[in-house]
Amino acid sequence: MSQPVKRRRRNAYSGSRINPSRFSASQIKFYLVLLPLAAFMVIPVLMIVNRAFMPLGELHAFPPRIFASEFTFNNFRALFRLSSTTGVPMSRYLLNSVVITILTVILNLAISVTGAYALSKKRFRLKERLFSINQLALMFVPTAVAVPRYIVIVNSGMLNTLFAHILPLVAMPVVLFLIKQFTDQIPDALIEAAVIDGAGDLTIIRRVIIPLTRPALATAAVLSFQLVWGAVEASNNFITDDSLRTLAFYLNAISTNNTVSAAGMTAAASLILFLPNLIIFIFMQSQVMNTMSHSGIK
Amino acid sequence: MSSVSVSGKKPKPLKKREGLKAGLLLMPYAIPFTMFILVPVVVAIVLSFTFFDVINRPVFTGLLNYVSIFTQDTVFLKNVLPNTFLYALVVGPGGYVLSFLVAWMLTQLQRVPRTILALCIYTPSMLGSVFIGVVWRAIFSGDQAGIANFLLMELGLTDQPIQFLLTQDYFMLIMIIVSLWSAMGIGFLAMISGILNVNEELYEAAYVDGLRNRFQEIIYITIPSMKPQMLFGAVMAIVNAFNMGWIGVTLAGANPTPQYAGQLITNHIDDYGFIRYEMGYAAALSVVLLLVVYLFNKLAYRFFGEKEEIV
Repeated sequence: MSQPVKRRRRNAYSGSRINPSRFSASQIKFYLVLLPLAAFMVIPVLMIVNRAFMPLGELHAFPPRIFASEFTFNNFRALFRLSSTTGVPMSRYLLNSVVITILTVILNLAISVTGAYALSKKRFRLKERLFSINQLALMFVPTAVAVPRYIVIVNSGMLNTLFAHILPLVAMPVVLFLIKQFTDQIPDALIEAAVIDGAGDLTIIRRVIIPLTRPALATAAVLSFQLVWGAVEASNNFITDDSLRTLAFYLNAISTNNTVSAAGMTAAASLILFLPNLIIFIFMQSQVMNTMSHSGIK
Repeated sequence: MSSVSVSGKKPKPLKKREGLKAGLLLMPYAIPFTMFILVPVVVAIVLSFTFFDVINRPVFTGLLNYVSIFTQDTVFLKNVLPNTFLYALVVGPGGYVLSFLVAWMLTQLQRVPRTILALCIYTPSMLGSVFIGVVWRAIFSGDQAGIANFLLMELGLTDQPIQFLLTQDYFMLIMIIVSLWSAMGIGFLAMISGILNVNEELYEAAYVDGLRNRFQEIIYITIPSMKPQMLFGAVMAIVNAFNMGWIGVTLAGANPTPQYAGQLITNHIDDYGFIRYEMGYAAALSVVLLLVVYLFNKLAYRFFGEKEEIV
């Protein structure tokens, strides 16, 4: 698994500067751009994370406080207390969200990778047509589809079931598109070699496509997780039974409550919603941002 | 890619079985896709030719909705249309170019700093609308306790707090800043892995052939070798640029935005669909939006698509 030895030549090329293994002075200019940018991106986030732990008095203090003078979990406590008064404990919302997210993401990746393989590597007549339908669907605004979708859910008897959460999100045009784009880069010769070795489609997917599109699958998992975890459409429109709704729905509902005391809770709630996204991303990033240089993709 | 190769010469009967297999492989995706995306989209397109208030049966009205959009809807013509184009033209290409440049710079670093910086830069796009609202409303709050106002007053640049989010003067500008801030999303990640996976030997060979600098390297090697990711990034940038209206609503806390200053076509659709319950009209607006996005999408395919896939 070692990096190939860099060959020195007489021309300008001095080894790849992509994904270098050592610091060099030529990187300083990139740091000069990237560090301020990263700060601009992340400081507002840290501020709000801070607000989640701020005592209520400081949230509206003048001059505005950026960092809390003392840390408190009061906002979180208030959040949990509120949920215990509504009859459905927060743990129930959390459980719903976890079950729905895990099932949806797994199904989503599984059907997208097989679909992407078919659209990228199989040769059949409707291939391009089917792919353009997927692209058009990707471009259509979700708002306009809400009511027709509701009609579909009602007529298929899924109202107030977990299926109403899962099935509408199982097929994501973006995810199919993403995985297909990466599958396109796998040389056909590799697939043909596998066919000659007697591999069927499912074996090819398992042994060739999945290992070679790992960056795409990891990226897709991150995206799919975020979309499902944060989704409120089903809870809003297809579910009337409170005990079947999700954490995202509950926390969003709190944040629309514009009272003074809600400001701290909103910050706490958005932090709770954001953390799993962050964890999944950190967990997946090594797959996303790693070269596949020793996997034979090229 | 050097390997388009043999598969073109396959005997005919095989092709038929290939079609069947492809169908089976596509089925698990195609069924939920048809039920929950394709059928609703088709229904929405049909509804765009009707008057539909969500309660009563839709009444067929022909092209009336479309005619109204372009002749009677003054808010659409005077505010929504110019806003949408201004916003999309800045945020779409701006976000796209920025994503690529930042992704490229990140790949010039070693693994650990790259990972940390990428995490910082990607974070805003993970936040979700509630969080984004909380963050930026705290910064641009219209009273003295707003962080932007506080800083401006401390620096003596203004002596009155500025109503950033309640008046039209700064609204669009703030929307654009916030959008670019959260635009480094999935397309950006795809670009990072695209650049990292460009074959190293290509660079080496190109320098032998007389490539002189890094700019040429990007234009002649990096971008052509990662066309699929460039295309993905472009399509995502276009779709986002036309669908991020919720940012304005999140900032203003209400739809419509103050004096329609940040009203984009998606807000207009929400306004008609879920506030006035004129679903037919909202559907017609969505179809207009679809056509616009489709045109830009075609442009992206012209640049980065393979020849076979003309969408």
